Amino acid sequence: MTDKAAGTLLYLDGVNKAFDGFKAINNLSLVLEPGEMRAIIGPNGAGKTTMMDIITGKTKPDTGDVLFEGSTDLTRLDEAKIANLGIGRKFQKPTVFESHTVEDNIVLALKAKRGAFATLFHQTTKAEAARVDELLATTRLTDKRAMLAARLSHGQKQWLEIGMLLAQEPRLLLVDEPAAGMTDAETAETALLLKEIAKTQSVVVVEHDMTFVRDLGVKVTVLHEGSVLAEGSLDVVSSNPKVVEVYLGR
Amino acid sequence: MITGFLLNGFDTRARIVVAILVAIALLVPAANLYLPADHPLHVPTYAVTLMGKYFAYALLALAVDLVWGYCGILSLGHGAFFALGGYAMGMYLMRQIGTRGVYADPILPDFMVFLNWKELPWFWYGFDMFWFAALMVLLVPGALAFVFGWFAFRSRVTGVYLSIITQALTYALLLAFFRNDMGFGGNNGLTDFKDILGYNVQADTTRATLFALTVLFLALAFFIASAIARSKLGKVLVGVRDAESRTRFLGYRVENYKLFVWTLSAMMAGVAGALYVPQVGIINPSEFAPANSIEAVIWVAVGGRGTLIGPIVGAVAVNFGKTWFTGVLPELWLFALGALFIVVTLFLPKGIVGTVQAFWANRRRPATPAALAAEPAE
Repeated sequence: MTDKAAGTLLYLDGVNKAFDGFKAINNLSLVLEPGEMRAIIGPNGAGKTTMMDIITGKTKPDTGDVLFEGSTDLTRLDEAKIANLGIGRKFQKPTVFESHTVEDNIVLALKAKRGAFATLFHQTTKAEAARVDELLATTRLTDKRAMLAARLSHGQKQWLEIGMLLAQEPRLLLVDEPAAGMTDAETAETALLLKEIAKTQSVVVVEHDMTFVRDLGVKVTVLHEGSVLAEGSLDVVSSNPKVVEVYLGR
Repeated sequence: MITGFLLNGFDTRARIVVAILVAIALLVPAANLYLPADHPLHVPTYAVTLMGKYFAYALLALAVDLVWGYCGILSLGHGAFFALGGYAMGMYLMRQIGTRGVYADPILPDFMVFLNWKELPWFWYGFDMFWFAALMVLLVPGALAFVFGWFAFRSRVTGVYLSIITQALTYALLLAFFRNDMGFGGNNGLTDFKDILGYNVQADTTRATLFALTVLFLALAFFIASAIARSKLGKVLVGVRDAESRTRFLGYRVENYKLFVWTLSAMMAGVAGALYVPQVGIINPSEFAPANSIEAVIWVAVGGRGTLIGPIVGAVAVNFGKTWFTGVLPELWLFALGALFIVVTLFLPKGIVGTVQAFWANRRRPATPAALAAEPAE
């Protein structure tokens, strides 16, 4: 393990991943401090989703270090183990359990024992019920709790999924395009929600929407062709000529 | 803990279904045994046995629904577990024949004497004891399902690929059991049973008792399935069915959940087979035929996938139809079955019970969650 990783929450160094010769991730290095919120932007095919897949164990990198909290090697673990370590992930397309109620979606996500037998005999405790109420309030879904998740609007599904992430009590949240397909009002509210969350947890947000990234007001990493092109505040990176050329196209 | 789990499953709907099944289990045998033959409500013995067969099929359908309706695993090979349970029971019944066989060998079943075998193969040991056979009815299908599922689910084989492998599994067993040197009676299978636990299998009282037991086991399985469906584990299973990767990223080890419900379902199918065999009086390799497993899936689809009541209704209704149809137009039955499947898929995608439930739910209030909770997403 590298000393440079000590004290970091997430540490990616020299990560490579190729799919049939196409280098999706090319010598990518990224460091996230505990409690930090980071926005990641980049054109289509820059490797944003592959990076998330690597962190969450869906994809194994060809080479490189992926360390959580400075010492846990994420490349050796599968999705369930990584999720239980405290890394939550929101997909680009909102993915909730459509045939469960909003409330049950949260209940399933609540931090609890994940074994089959523990789950079979599980009874909801008072503390859990209170936590569900709290999360429903945070995600503004209290009046929809008995509704099937399938009946929620697109924006509400995004929030429900964020609520499910919070229910896991993760230390790191990976959020893929939370504002996609949202109205302007919903986008602004989502930015508020994420900022609220970032007070207690580390968050990585992948986003296309520049207004949204500006609303977040955090450090930005620009990905291009699988590696980091620039890093800094949004104003700094958007005045970087390389970024302007490949991404902003102005 | 466990009581909480059981109470959870015993909601009003489960109570009604269990009560109806228990009533059937008591009234039908009573109408057969205690009403005189000319009484209008008398149930003839052949009808008792025929219905017993339908309810054994209903138990198989319930097992299929547990994996397909709740966990999205479309098994086209559940007939294999049914047949293995049936063979385990058949082996017990063969050992009970004793010296009453054609060759009157006290140990060896007739087919072994015919094949010139001198001693009982090791895997027939213990089957002279009912408790051992009963245990094997659960363990053999359970163990096969566990091993199969362990490899398949860990390798993340899903969807059509998994369905094809299950189909191959039952076909492979069909071919294996056809061979005489497998030691299970080859093509002819196991038949000519005399008695079960000392009671003549042909006697009216035995047949009535077997019928009652079949329906009671179905009620028990329904109750267990209902408790599982309502537990948090049941909700995770539906989560796996609708959004497997979401479940995984929430930290659930999806393969363990699948393995649990898959193995349990195979054991239920095994019990169904064991109850079926003494009633029909024969078990042979044709029970492994892929078409049988597909038929079981059709019962579930017709009755209503993911409803638990649906598979029972579907299995009884389709088999009743089959008995009637094969009497009138035997050569057209498979066409009728195919047509039924197409009609149900196109016009009743939720099956009979699912459609009725959705109708009631819409009348009461726009879509109550309870009625729609088990509705498959695809």
